[in-house]
Amino acid sequence: MSGFSVTEPSKRQKWFAGILVITYAMVTLMPLLWIIATGFKSPEDAISYPPKVIFEPSLEGYVNLFTTRTRVTTSMEETLLPPETWYDEIARDSGTVISGPTRYGQRFTNSVIIGFGSTFFSIFFGTLAAYAFSRFRVPIKEDLLFFILSTRMMPPIAVAIPIFLMFRQLGLNDTHLGMILLYTAVNLSLSVWLLKGFIDEIPLEYEEAALIDGYTRFQAFYKVVLPQAATGIASTAIFCLIFAWNEYAFAVLLTSGSAQTAPPFIPTIIGVGGQDWPAVAAGATIFLIPVMIFTILLRKHLLRGITFGAVRK
Amino acid sequence: MAQIIIKNLRKDFGNFTAVKSSSFTIEDGEFFMLLGPSGCGKTTTLRMIAGLELPTSGEIYIDGEEVSQKRASQRDIAFVFQMFALYPHMNVRQNISYPLKSQGMPKAKVKERVAKVAKILGIEDILNKPVGGLSGGDRQRIALGRAIVREPKAFMMDEPLGALDAEFREHMSAELRALHDRMGATTVYVTHDQLEAMQMGDKIVVMNHGSVEQFGVPQDIYDWPATMFVATFIGSPSMNFLRFNGTVGIGDTSVELDGHVFEVPSQLEGCKGEIAFGVRPEHVTLDPEEGYSGKVIAIEYLGTSQIVTLETPNGTLKARIASTQEVVVGEMAGISFNPKTVTLFNNETGVALLSVNNKGVLSDG
Repeated sequence: MSGFSVTEPSKRQKWFAGILVITYAMVTLMPLLWIIATGFKSPEDAISYPPKVIFEPSLEGYVNLFTTRTRVTTSMEETLLPPETWYDEIARDSGTVISGPTRYGQRFTNSVIIGFGSTFFSIFFGTLAAYAFSRFRVPIKEDLLFFILSTRMMPPIAVAIPIFLMFRQLGLNDTHLGMILLYTAVNLSLSVWLLKGFIDEIPLEYEEAALIDGYTRFQAFYKVVLPQAATGIASTAIFCLIFAWNEYAFAVLLTSGSAQTAPPFIPTIIGVGGQDWPAVAAGATIFLIPVMIFTILLRKHLLRGITFGAVRK
Repeated sequence: MAQIIIKNLRKDFGNFTAVKSSSFTIEDGEFFMLLGPSGCGKTTTLRMIAGLELPTSGEIYIDGEEVSQKRASQRDIAFVFQMFALYPHMNVRQNISYPLKSQGMPKAKVKERVAKVAKILGIEDILNKPVGGLSGGDRQRIALGRAIVREPKAFMMDEPLGALDAEFREHMSAELRALHDRMGATTVYVTHDQLEAMQMGDKIVVMNHGSVEQFGVPQDIYDWPATMFVATFIGSPSMNFLRFNGTVGIGDTSVELDGHVFEVPSQLEGCKGEIAFGVRPEHVTLDPEEGYSGKVIAIEYLGTSQIVTLETPNGTLKARIASTQEVVVGEMAGISFNPKTVTLFNNETGVALLSVNNKGVLSDG
């Protein structure tokens, strides 16, 4: 007979847990897989019923995402030169010629600038504020912290109209700076609170040791505290980025052209020449990639970040 | 190496006064103990000397220079923390060399210094290991290494042995004392362990409720406590107090306990009211001939000696006597005291009354 252990789960329990996790993962991953698959379908396959699980992959969606096209008749097509590139060829197959690029690339770049920019500032100011709250005797500290938290107590969109008017007055409408400021402001409460938690966990003695060892307060902060807070900074950065990256409502309201991010742009793809679901799906798929890479790069920290405080180092 | 002078040092945290007007002098090369129960202000005092807290008022002189409002980094002292505070993202070598890097010392010289320190502490073989997996003793050695590598004017140690287990603490305290004797640097050491303070210190300051109760060499503090608090805090078991109501006049050489006359050192200070007759357990003898007696209520056997607890008309009394002497629980035993060692205290204020014997110790403190 095998030994019985209180803490070690039995084989059956392990199986059960495994199946549960796989089922849950499938439920949550399903929409994601659906989007990725749709991006590689032809427009006909994308709307076929019953849905096609096995289909002939096509890059038409991606071509349509990045290009504007003009429909040509068969007689006209014969007068054209043979297609030069693979994407020319894909467009020609569906009876169109490429007439220029779309603005997806530019919108995507806006998302990167605004998403990462606001994340940087949220972390930068968040770390400084959290450090000060954690280490210094700040007058009315508790009230200030509550005030910072209270900005999160309503949905940000509740203040959309005042913000819209403010932005118009200040000329921040449809600018990168305006969006970075806005997302930084919304994220700061989260980053201050999260980071304060992490910095509180770092024993004061480390800095004091550095102060005694001949370093200034600021040197002690960035040479001793920051490396210790790396886990917290990384996980806070992920939360901030995900918010700024996915934000839709303010982006619709405050941007329309040069600073428009990808989320309000993607739905507009659908309107260009019929319901082009593969192009929409392609846009969404590409949009997922940066956050995915960022999260994978920082995932070790993320896991420790979520469980912070639970296990003492 | 330096002499440290503390003058009227005070520290308030809001409405709470952590340290009230402390004054004492630490001579160059001394191993100086700050002793007291938790919350007595000893750590705050140490941190003020180190520059980790700024005093509310008062002066601190290190080597004749007034430093009380200067930053820690400008005072050239080293600090050893109770929890070691080794930088967890650095390995042993980096930890030890970190203070030298702040001075911009050339790499070759840093290496040489670190090697020298590692040899003194016997940690040469772990220099390239991360600090995470090391034992408490090794961490303690590294923390010491980080302190001595800079060759500072003085060392501050905040219960450096507090985090070690009992067996290892013994070993480390001997090592620390040997290290101090070898380097001859002024060391200020905070502890709540009176035994540790007696063992290691050249001089002791006993603190309570933010004030200095007594300051002197261990022997003097043990033999001639300035207050009942010091008498209780130092020594195990602590000093006995037999309380009685009466009057002590200047020049008196005896007091009366429950109708029995006991000799005391010639008094230089009088007192009226409740008085405590203080005597250390080893200065109590059990003698059947004596009239003054108590009932034996407990015996603790300690090998060569035994602690006998007696119930006397003036309160409980502990006597440390040879374990060869036969004592029976429940029986009465006659009690006498070594008259030269007795200290009388004003039981209300807790302060010792001056006598010819403790005058030398108490009049300058």
